[in-house]
Amino acid sequence: MRYRSGDFWSGLALAALGGYIVSAARGWEYLGQDGPGPGFFPLWYGIAMLALSLVLIFSKKENQKIEWQGAGRAFAAWAAFAVSVAVLKLVGFLVSFAVLTFFIVAVMYRRPPAVAALVAIGVAAGFWLVFPLALGVALP
Amino acid sequence: MEIFAGLMQGFALALQPANLLWCLVGVALGTVVGILPGLGPPATIAMLLPLTFLMNPASAMIMLAGIYYGAKYGGSTTSILLNVPGESASVVTCLDGYQMAKKGRAGAALGIAAIASFIAGTVGVLGLMLIAPPLARLALAFSAPEYFGLMALGLAMVVLLAGRSLLKALLSMLVGLWLAGIGTDLFSSESRFTFGRMELLSGIDFVVVAIGVFAIGEVLANLEEPAAPQTLPIPKGWRNLLPTLQDLRDCRFAFANGSIVGFLIGVLPGAGSTIASFISYGVEKAVSRRREEFGTGVIEGVAAPEGANNSETGGALVPLLTLGIPGSGTTAILLAALVLWGFKPGPLFISDNPSLFWSLVASMYIGNVMLLVLNLPLVPLFAQVLRAPAYVLFPIILGVSMVGVYSTSSSLFDVGLLAGFGLLGYLMRKLDYPNAPLILGLVLGGAMERALRQSLMMSDGSLTILFARPISAVMLSLALLILLIPVVSRVNAWRRRLLS
Repeated sequence: MRYRSGDFWSGLALAALGGYIVSAARGWEYLGQDGPGPGFFPLWYGIAMLALSLVLIFSKKENQKIEWQGAGRAFAAWAAFAVSVAVLKLVGFLVSFAVLTFFIVAVMYRRPPAVAALVAIGVAAGFWLVFPLALGVALP
Repeated sequence: MEIFAGLMQGFALALQPANLLWCLVGVALGTVVGILPGLGPPATIAMLLPLTFLMNPASAMIMLAGIYYGAKYGGSTTSILLNVPGESASVVTCLDGYQMAKKGRAGAALGIAAIASFIAGTVGVLGLMLIAPPLARLALAFSAPEYFGLMALGLAMVVLLAGRSLLKALLSMLVGLWLAGIGTDLFSSESRFTFGRMELLSGIDFVVVAIGVFAIGEVLANLEEPAAPQTLPIPKGWRNLLPTLQDLRDCRFAFANGSIVGFLIGVLPGAGSTIASFISYGVEKAVSRRREEFGTGVIEGVAAPEGANNSETGGALVPLLTLGIPGSGTTAILLAALVLWGFKPGPLFISDNPSLFWSLVASMYIGNVMLLVLNLPLVPLFAQVLRAPAYVLFPIILGVSMVGVYSTSSSLFDVGLLAGFGLLGYLMRKLDYPNAPLILGLVLGGAMERALRQSLMMSDGSLTILFARPISAVMLSLALLILLIPVVSRVNAWRRRLLS
């Protein structure tokens, strides 16, 4: 079924983005006394995006099969990463990064919790030694 | 004479202890990155870019370029020992390299890969040194319309960067153009696509997009597989890594072929080192007396592509430094690095920054010698990197990415954007959208819009200015011709089908 394909959904998302770009660009000046305005360039690439994404949606070309096996692992890792970014302000970089590392080692790679804890603490300590201490770079 | 004087000036700078150290760091890191399948030079350079703001630009450029060409050396190691290319440019090396390793000749394969890389890499730098300055002088006559033509030509290269789908490559480039347009318009002070967020008024930092799409996207893609592949035995002892005299004699043509084909393909923006290595392998097979043995462990089948992908690096820097056109994801990041350090890559780059250009060229000669030394006796040591557990490596990459982004802007909002672009990078890989065109659009988008609007201001809004001036007309025609390549090839295929 076509609506199940990645091309269909990505085409739809890009068509929506193209539509948004065109509608936003129409709100800005296209051509003024001093030449093209802020809406000139976005209008044209917005139209191009809309047109090409519609071609992608309605293309009859057979879609390449996408391997979704394993994607669950990638999405889980991304969610953990996103959560660690979201709590940065709350707990600081070292704690959120150590928890993220623990998750990757213990859950994604199924290593014993002791090993995961050791890696998490070691890597976080390494970051503290290298960045703020040795290089003078502030951690988030 | 001018070239000789420039080169001497470059060596004086590149041989300074600090620059020698950064060159060594760059090539060693490049070798490691090349060896590790799944972590490429664009991701590494993007990750390290924020840290280079603490460095002198010449040292930073020497280090980043070292990563770029060092990775080409390292890429062959996994192709030969693992049958998994460390770099896309080393795909062809798997064909004969892995077969040689299976026959117990891994040492000779690794040795010839290092020697071919050294010879061709040096020829590539020689070509860069001889061609770049005159080409830049030729481009000095450029004004806004010519710059627009140049940018259009650069964006047309997306056709050559397209993977399986040109449509997706074009869409990826358009998303890059949109991202480049986010922020305050410099001509009218109008804020565009900022969704009312103050943080977006100054635009999206290139570093955030590059690290997200390349580094985070690559880590997520690698996390799909829980297990690491097994390597063939790594040869021990210095003597086991040296090819025989007969091997060297057999590879004479392969060294020349790899050097010339690689450089010429590199100069063409968009073609890239993978194409260079494939073409050079094809040429080698076509002229070989034992062409039927290719694919079974022929040493020329390793020397030619490995030479080509190293010589390509020198060629790829020609359009980048003289015209400001990046031909690949890595060179697009190098272009952004130069812009972020306050330089303007293009026709005036060499004349305005002779010491930076010549120190880069000189460091590449030095770096190639370092790589030969690192890759011949020390390849068993580098190959140990393959034993590094992924569960340690990937969190480190994620952490360096977060710290890198935060260090450029001190903004947690940017770290949040990093997570978003990481997901985008992963989905692009999954849905088969090439990511290099996105970076190309992002890097060239702002300059292209500026050049177009300045041109139209010069002509009171008439588009004819773009076609009335000979250089911009030639460039726009070339861009159009490049865009027509897929159409012509489709028509040809259709005609062939009809005839058969």
